[in-house]
Amino acid sequence: MSKQIKVSLIGNPNTGKTSLFNALTGLNQKVGNYPGITVEKKEGICKLERGVKAHILDLPGTYSLNASSIDENLVIELLLNKNDKDFPDVAVIVSDVENLKRNLVLFTQIKDLKIPVILAVNMADRMKYKGISLDIPLLEKELDAKIILTSRDGSLGISELKECIVNFKQISTKPSIDLSLIDENYFNSLSSAFPNQDLYKLWVVISQDANFGKMDRNSLDILDFKTKSTSELKRLQQKETIKRYQFINNALRLGQVIDSSKAVGYRAILDRILTHKIYGYLIFFIILLAIFQVIYDWSSVPMDLIDTAFADLASYTKEVLPAGVMTDLLAEGIIAGIGGIVIFIPQIAFLFIFISILEETGYMSRVVFLMDRVMRKYGLSGKSVVPLISGTACAIPAIMATRNIENWKERLITILVTPFTTCSARLPVYLIIIALVIPEGSFLGVSYQALTLMMLYMLGFGMAIFSAYILNKILKTNRKSFLVIEMPNYKVPVLRDVLITVFEKTKSFVLEAGKIILAISIILWVLASYGPGENFNDAENIITEKFEKFENINIESEIASHKLEHSYIGIIGKSIEPIIKPLGYDWKIGIGLIASFAAREVFVGTLATIYSVGNTDDVESTIKESMSSEVYSDGSKVFTLASGISLLLFYAFAMQCMSTLAIVKKETNSWKWPLLQLIIMTLIAYVVAFISFQILN
Amino acid sequence: MYTIADLNKGDTAIIKDVSSIDIPIKLLEMGCLPGNEIKVIQQAPFSGPMYINIEGTHLAIRSKTAKLIIVDKLKDE
Repeated sequence: MSKQIKVSLIGNPNTGKTSLFNALTGLNQKVGNYPGITVEKKEGICKLERGVKAHILDLPGTYSLNASSIDENLVIELLLNKNDKDFPDVAVIVSDVENLKRNLVLFTQIKDLKIPVILAVNMADRMKYKGISLDIPLLEKELDAKIILTSRDGSLGISELKECIVNFKQISTKPSIDLSLIDENYFNSLSSAFPNQDLYKLWVVISQDANFGKMDRNSLDILDFKTKSTSELKRLQQKETIKRYQFINNALRLGQVIDSSKAVGYRAILDRILTHKIYGYLIFFIILLAIFQVIYDWSSVPMDLIDTAFADLASYTKEVLPAGVMTDLLAEGIIAGIGGIVIFIPQIAFLFIFISILEETGYMSRVVFLMDRVMRKYGLSGKSVVPLISGTACAIPAIMATRNIENWKERLITILVTPFTTCSARLPVYLIIIALVIPEGSFLGVSYQALTLMMLYMLGFGMAIFSAYILNKILKTNRKSFLVIEMPNYKVPVLRDVLITVFEKTKSFVLEAGKIILAISIILWVLASYGPGENFNDAENIITEKFEKFENINIESEIASHKLEHSYIGIIGKSIEPIIKPLGYDWKIGIGLIASFAAREVFVGTLATIYSVGNTDDVESTIKESMSSEVYSDGSKVFTLASGISLLLFYAFAMQCMSTLAIVKKETNSWKWPLLQLIIMTLIAYVVAFISFQILN
Repeated sequence: MYTIADLNKGDTAIIKDVSSIDIPIKLLEMGCLPGNEIKVIQQAPFSGPMYINIEGTHLAIRSKTAKLIIVDKLKDE
């Protein structure tokens, strides 16, 4: 097989670059991370003519070679480093026909790096609606590059583009700007100081100091070349930008005609409504409610199906396979563990259908515009609203949704605080404890129990905002936060792009976070299913003997309860009793807390086992009865208002969800953040529960 | 002397000076250069970001940044 041609797709955000990538590669793509950082790396294979293949790399959207984010920095570092394995043989610059002038700034910069360039003018199918006409042969001559008209749905220009990629060796690599015209003295002294270096590359490296931060210069052999202050560098950059626009204007004056009288569009009307200071917020609120409704309510149907299917599969496995340790491991450990991963797929898929539509239509930028003022105070992005609200259904898809936040610090804070919002797994726990300890009665027509539930929701959200505020003060950032957000034109989403996003997100969750979840759930299963000594292994005989003379006793559930008490998890639960005693919990609650780590709602099921509730039709009210009649050896009740409130607060704040930890590990690319999250959230939960119990008791 | 922050929704102006070093270069590269026309499309409440159009490029910038860009006011609406 011949060598693959390495192609980089480069372009401003909102030019439909990823659509073009999808059109070129189809499902022949994979999404990963660049090593050490959390920028998404999208690459794929595209078949060209005569058996030649191209390796396509979809670089993060960038406005220029002056970086203002990690994403943009990555593009520059790749394009400056000829030895990088991803360094392109040819770059395809993707531009939007409606913003051609601005998009060409990046084009001239890449061309000045002397990389062979193909210019893809995307969304060309919209030209007629915008009154734009282009003289392609003339522009090709003026810009000294091959130009191809393409469309987002892939119906236009793809085969021409492939042909151009095959013939990349014929592309001119002449730069478009002569730097020395900007400041002759400076650039002459620069090139005489580093005669072996390319002048424009030198300039890009040096001028980064005025932007994002210092680059690693070792690979380029450039030591500090300090001749200019930041303000002088800025002045030169300004002159350089003006020069580029002169070049571009010159080409477009001859090659582009825009007849604005022929332009049609709904942009102005849509913007007037969607960014309005009242209707804008109202519409956004309705959209949030709709998202919430969908992931909370609609996904419950497929989730129940998945739940039943895996339960059936587990019992079927136990029926067909010979009884034994391996069968138990397969049925109760592995199959149940995989079920615990698959169960999240509906919520993830539904949320990403919404998010990719919001992104693709251009609405998300309006959200940032509307919410920036409020969210900025807490170190969050306008885009953080969506993860925070969807966290109320489940933190897993919510944390995955933070990928759309460009600024790393804002993204990290959003990831760290989202688990405080009241996810649906806390609800069963809340409901049963509220029913147990909050008295009947009402305030202004609203029952105390409903009020408590509402306060818990508000508490979760308030804690998320409060910790964001604190984190914003603590976390250091190496760049100033500028908000320059492009407000792209409204577009109809391309179905294929939405589906690919949903598919990729789901796949990466199942494959990457999934393996951590599976591992932990098997460990938890082993801990709960095995125990040392006779008490565990001889449970059947002990219980049968003990209850020999009793009637109306469900022996099976008594055995299960006895086993759980003497299993490893039971032993852990008992040994942490001294620690949780000051919170008002006994060892049974301790076992529930540890088992909750698999998923919070497991708390209810674990208590059911430990109180040997057995299989009745109305498990919840039976647990409630057992819980309310539970007493300490001195006869005092275990579940009082004090211990109940303390438990509610513990569940509100503690990080008790291994799946969330797994996804945070995946999204931040390190164990540092999930571990910090685990420790700090649990600590907060402990302290708050401790104080509330001590005061109320 | 006016800056973009002094403009109201619907106002049009010509950019005069962008030499403040606190203006991100990204903004200049997006077309915020002397001589270009700018129109304010929307202003978020409580001095939130400003939504502007510079020669066909639609942007949102914070009022902090808007205060740095000096303009010549053209007309009021």
